[in-house]
Amino acid sequence: MNDFLAARSQMALSLGFHIIYSCIGMVMPVFMAISHYKYIKTQNPVYKNITQAWSKGVAIFFATGAVSGTMLSFELGLLWPKFMEHAGPIFGMPFSLEGVAFFIEAIALGFFLYGWNRFNQWFHWFTGVLVGISGILSGILVVSANSWMNSPSGFDYVNGQYLNIDPMKAMFNGAWFSESLHMTIAAFSATGFAVAGIHALMIYRKQNIEFHTKAFKIAIVFGAAAAILQPLSGDISAKHAAKHQPAKLAAMEAYFHTQTYAPLIIGGIPDTAAKKVNYAIELPGLLSFLVNDNFKQEVKGLDTIPVKDQPNVAVTHYAFQVMVGIGMLTMLIGVLYFIALWKKRSWLSKTWFLKLFIIATPLGFIALEAGWTVTEVGRQPWIIQGIMRTSEAITPMPGIHYSFYLFSFIYFTLSLAVIFLLQRQIKMVPELYDVK
Amino acid sequence: MLTVVIIFLFFAILLYFLLGGADFGAGIIELFTSTDNKHRTRSTMYQAIGPIWEANHMWLIIAVVILFVGFPDIYSKMCTYLHIPLLIMLLGIIARGTAFAFRNYDAIKGERTQMLYNNIFVYSSFLTPLFLGIIAGSAISRQIDFEATDFLSAYIFSWLNWFSVAVGLFTVSLCGFLAAIYLVGEATDEFDVKRFIKKAKVLNMVAFFCGGLVFLAAETLNIHMAHWIFGNPVSLTAVIAAFISLILLWVTISRGKKQIARVFAAFQVSMILLSVGYTHYPNFIMGKNNKNLSLLTNHATSKTIDDLGIALLIGSLFILPSLFYLFYSFRGKTNHE
Repeated sequence: MNDFLAARSQMALSLGFHIIYSCIGMVMPVFMAISHYKYIKTQNPVYKNITQAWSKGVAIFFATGAVSGTMLSFELGLLWPKFMEHAGPIFGMPFSLEGVAFFIEAIALGFFLYGWNRFNQWFHWFTGVLVGISGILSGILVVSANSWMNSPSGFDYVNGQYLNIDPMKAMFNGAWFSESLHMTIAAFSATGFAVAGIHALMIYRKQNIEFHTKAFKIAIVFGAAAAILQPLSGDISAKHAAKHQPAKLAAMEAYFHTQTYAPLIIGGIPDTAAKKVNYAIELPGLLSFLVNDNFKQEVKGLDTIPVKDQPNVAVTHYAFQVMVGIGMLTMLIGVLYFIALWKKRSWLSKTWFLKLFIIATPLGFIALEAGWTVTEVGRQPWIIQGIMRTSEAITPMPGIHYSFYLFSFIYFTLSLAVIFLLQRQIKMVPELYDVK
Repeated sequence: MLTVVIIFLFFAILLYFLLGGADFGAGIIELFTSTDNKHRTRSTMYQAIGPIWEANHMWLIIAVVILFVGFPDIYSKMCTYLHIPLLIMLLGIIARGTAFAFRNYDAIKGERTQMLYNNIFVYSSFLTPLFLGIIAGSAISRQIDFEATDFLSAYIFSWLNWFSVAVGLFTVSLCGFLAAIYLVGEATDEFDVKRFIKKAKVLNMVAFFCGGLVFLAAETLNIHMAHWIFGNPVSLTAVIAAFISLILLWVTISRGKKQIARVFAAFQVSMILLSVGYTHYPNFIMGKNNKNLSLLTNHATSKTIDDLGIALLIGSLFILPSLFYLFYSFRGKTNHE
């Protein structure tokens, strides 16, 4: 494994793990605050139990997310010092603000976790809400920093020099809104489905039914609503990519040849050498329509982009198919949930209905990882779109593969540990929170 | 605005050293507590640092962000030449943070799993400040060679030398000392108070010894630390102030004024940092052959510095009052229930 591949793999691995911890860490506090609110309003102890049970999950995920985030703030420099040397002063604004939001989150979490029976109940509740708000803000800010890499602005690039730097302009770059929106909704959808799935499993096993039913409902309302909204934000993102990162859009679609009435290519196996996609379903004109709102207008294909500036088509295409496929599926499940809630209440306790959600537990996170792959692999070979190549940014230090192996081992162990701890938390629910 | 940013940078480093340091120190104390009392130390510590430890480590993030936004040259050079110690420090941070959270949030308190978390926690509490110290020592050791072409001199000898290691050990002992003084104020039980005072005394002596080691090790690299201290009036005053506050610290502890003792401990450590920082200011990294990286010349463009300064000022309006209230709310609430 050469250093470049090792560095990219290590970065992908670190971000891939961090994204899970941080999404759960930013969405679960919202669920927690809702349940806490219901407890204060109804005084039903089940809600208090749910709040406390979830807060333990939040604490585990926050601690893991905080250390993996600290890690990343160094890894950017450890692996890509040349990138940080130039990019740091330009896209540093969202990171500085994220540092502040993250700090507030940590303070609020301290108040919340250790504040039971110590403060005014509404103050205590508010600190929980603050954990959620600052978590979501952190997420939006970090994604804004990433969006700058896709859509660099706030500087002039003249003869290899970065001049007239304006950090605020860089923060509010062209992609910040579409990317942050897409990511935030994805976080709600993924976490909502994951949390709901676990509670559905417990209902299915007939354990603490009231506890799990109430918890399930809070989580799935968010998950389902987010899943239904997500295609809209996906559309905004895709239109942005078509305009500013045509190579990424073309790779997502495995769309090789520029044409009018551009087809939407679903599935298939891209053959980069032959510049075609085998076994795919092609829907003529639909890509033109999605990108330009009319069926005829030309869409730029990979043939307009020099081969050395193209991302890996197969990886981007597959990841995109996985994301969209799961997105559609979870949207459908979301619609079914709302139908059940409003029209067919009998479904809610049916085995097939619960099974549906149990199966859907990991789906949102798989889609989230796939989406992240699309945006990151789809930007290659650039680390800053059109300005700096990823290969130019790498550290001169050799032997990065050792560090990659080490990190693989650590993240793997850490994930096993988190799963182990969650299992034990869930296992102890009857003993800790059984309300008779 | 550059001044504001630099002040924030040193402020963040200082607070990380004091608060994060006391936090690491709590783990170090646990490491050197006899098995009989480990449980007591652990519960005092859990009560004392549980609500605040996450916040304490945020100062590191703030310092790193200031470095990479405001002083990208310094950040990327450190990341390149001190890659290995930074990596080890990060492993320590990961292991420590997760082990601390896991041992509190494992729903089933099994003996073997708890033992595993404890072991990871205490050893990483030792390892992390050791490498933080090594990194700090390397930054001023004049051993980082920006022109090195071979692996050993570029990436190993930049940090692996007696001076850096001695600074690392000195940092560990100071962290332990800070934690002991902090825990003296948190413990409510007379027995625990006495225990932590004893620990503080031992660690105070260890810190003296390690400080001496730093002096000796510095000579091996031809760094004359006496010049740092006696070379300018500010550093000299700071060192004298550190000594006086150390004496006052022991006087106040013997009179049972634990909260004031804390202030003296924090002041003493701050003075040590001030003395070292001032001698080198504005240089942040002292490289081989007088290739130094200065905060006054190696910074980002003024527009970035201005925006960063404003962000930090606004941010601190939110952070400082809430952080203060957090500390205030959870002060001295330790008990053995």
